[in-house]
Amino acid sequence: MSMENNNKLLVSYAPHLRGEDSIAKTMGNVVFALIPALVGAVYFFGFRALILTLVTVLSCVLSEYIWDRLTKKENTITDLSAVVTGVLLSFCLPVTLPLYMAAIGGVFAIIIVKMFFGGVGQNIVNPALAARAFLLASWPVDMTRFVAPFSRLSLFGANADVVSGATPLAVVKGAEDAVAASYTDLFFGNVAGCIGEVSALLLLIGGAYLLIRRIITPVIPLVYIATVGLFGWMFGGEGLFAGDFIYHILSGGVILAGFFMATDYVTSPMTAWGAAVYAFGAGLITGVIRIFGGYPEGATYGILVMNIVTPLIDKAIKPRVFGKGRKAVAK
Amino acid sequence: MAVSFRGGIHPGDRKADTKDKPIVWLSPSRLMVYPMSQHIGAPCKPIVSVGDHVNMGQKIGESDAFVSAPIHSSVSGTVVEIRPHRHPNGSMCEAVIIENDYADTLEEGIRAYDDYDKLSREEKLARVREAGIVGLGGAGFPTHIKLSPPPDKKVDCVIINGAECEPYLTSDHRVMLEMPETVLDGLDIIMDILGVDKGYVAIEENKPDAIERIKACLSDHPRATVVALKTKYPQGSEKQLIEAVTGRQVPSGGLPADVGVVVNNIDTCTAVYNAVTHCQPVMSRVVTVSGGAVNSPQNFRVRVGTPFAEVIEHAGGLKENAAKVVMGGPMMGIAQFDLSVPVTKGTSAILAFTQKEVAPKPYSPCIRCGECVRKCPMHLMPLYLNAYAQKGNLEMCLKYNIMDCIECGVCSYLCQCSNHPVQSIKIAKAKINAERRKQKGGQ
Repeated sequence: MSMENNNKLLVSYAPHLRGEDSIAKTMGNVVFALIPALVGAVYFFGFRALILTLVTVLSCVLSEYIWDRLTKKENTITDLSAVVTGVLLSFCLPVTLPLYMAAIGGVFAIIIVKMFFGGVGQNIVNPALAARAFLLASWPVDMTRFVAPFSRLSLFGANADVVSGATPLAVVKGAEDAVAASYTDLFFGNVAGCIGEVSALLLLIGGAYLLIRRIITPVIPLVYIATVGLFGWMFGGEGLFAGDFIYHILSGGVILAGFFMATDYVTSPMTAWGAAVYAFGAGLITGVIRIFGGYPEGATYGILVMNIVTPLIDKAIKPRVFGKGRKAVAK
Repeated sequence: MAVSFRGGIHPGDRKADTKDKPIVWLSPSRLMVYPMSQHIGAPCKPIVSVGDHVNMGQKIGESDAFVSAPIHSSVSGTVVEIRPHRHPNGSMCEAVIIENDYADTLEEGIRAYDDYDKLSREEKLARVREAGIVGLGGAGFPTHIKLSPPPDKKVDCVIINGAECEPYLTSDHRVMLEMPETVLDGLDIIMDILGVDKGYVAIEENKPDAIERIKACLSDHPRATVVALKTKYPQGSEKQLIEAVTGRQVPSGGLPADVGVVVNNIDTCTAVYNAVTHCQPVMSRVVTVSGGAVNSPQNFRVRVGTPFAEVIEHAGGLKENAAKVVMGGPMMGIAQFDLSVPVTKGTSAILAFTQKEVAPKPYSPCIRCGECVRKCPMHLMPLYLNAYAQKGNLEMCLKYNIMDCIECGVCSYLCQCSNHPVQSIKIAKAKINAERRKQKGGQ
């Protein structure tokens, strides 16, 4: 071994091997898991749904790219997190939403909610949900104009004159013209609603994929969805404990939110117990808004509020350190 | 049913290159280097001078301190130099350099076989101390101290650590296959010294042949049992091993003896056997030479003091694209920049990697995926320790139990953002220790 070769040896602290995981891989898996629901969206609402998704994805990715360029930061769009934000944002929009509004939503999600706070990993609330809340506050009429599946829609133009259809949740609100959807229609997605939230089946397929690939753990989806269902059962009917558990779970965006929004790494707690508290809180707020509040759906705000509480949960609930629990009794 | 602990990872064991390669005795080199510190505790002082002739097995370094272990020459020859020499831990350390006369003249007192049954407990312990035995798994804690716990600690079992959970390493595996009787005899002696009647040989399931082999020898060792461990890193870490085998958790800041357990490495058992039956000091150890940049991976029995470069040459040398050389396993081993460093008592492996194997991944800020929290075998929150350590906030580091970190590297291995929590934690721990020493000195 010659000296010259010695000088070329790398020195760093262990471990000298690193795992194969990367943010891009994780985000790619999430996008993959969203494909069944996207196919469903196109099936129920036509290619207008796909165009809506492309617009938000493009708007998110471009916003991040331009921000990186303007601030002279390293280009981060290859981590695919902006793509995930874009797809998720489109999933909680009505198919009739004017495309420019969807594009503004994407800019808001990335620039205001994500990049202003420091980029990937630094945002304090979920960008897609915050953008949805922003759009709902800015254009409440357009954001709540839902149409029945298989309506004829203009691909790019405004669809303001299309006959609107009541969402299954309108029944919960006691809307006069609303007719309750059947469990079958709710399960398969043959109902009015945001493009990505309607089909429980297709969302569950994606959720199962994320669970199997261990991208997410089951705590948040299970606790969140169960809490919304239980709250609906307790307070959603005539008198106590007369509500419809299954109807509450299958309608609105509960399954989409439980598997894909609430599980966002950045804005959810670290420990299993912390995640349970977070998901329970989000479920509770969702239920309260659904049944007693003024908005049609509470998932957005339930999760946004608990996003903000997450740092406190992480401070309060920590894992029991090895050697400090009851198992560690000196002999 | 294989037992384990909560947390940990499966990095892929990568042992196929060497697990079936029998241990080959390596001839020593002309110049042998003996650092005076090959253990945790006080360094030794040389007790030979330049020009002295030394025998193989002769003691050449010693210390009066309780926590220390003497150093012996592994060849016969002449002391040519005593000077600071690069140590595989990266520091400069006083070393005795001996020119080998290739006569292997054995030091008086090292005998063929001694009927050790008639020895008292104290005599056996004295032989372990005199032999300079330290934990040969890599930590290097003097074994005689482990074997003489304070009287208020009631030790009731001994665990022999055959987990060998680091990828690539097969030295313990080979020792179990090739000399199972010696391992079990060594375990018997350790149990005699401690006065306990329960001994476990704990082996990961990825070594079924070793489990079989040791089990087949158990009839002559009624006090010993074999425990199968789940294959998972860091299963061989002392605390995780004890929990897996006995269900007891070593209390934070405590030692295995606090829960009545003493843990020893496989090769330490054979060293104890040699010390008590032959009065033979630690002169050699089994070293796995492997990794993608080694031409022909091997298991060698190497004499302590042999320079790394020579050992690597015997394994066919390094490939052209070698980028990193590591002493020990890839998860906790120390990267080397000077291959003139010698094999010490703690050198379980010499691994060489290509650029591709150790290329750094692109860094990104933490996205809080929580994997480090879920997989930390000490149930810490590495992401917060990393953040506080990087800010230099030692107070918060202590609040998040930084001193309980065993530096296994699981957090850094699995991080999808390529953060390096264990590195910042190690630096912060060193700062905290320095501060504590300063405070103690001030009083």
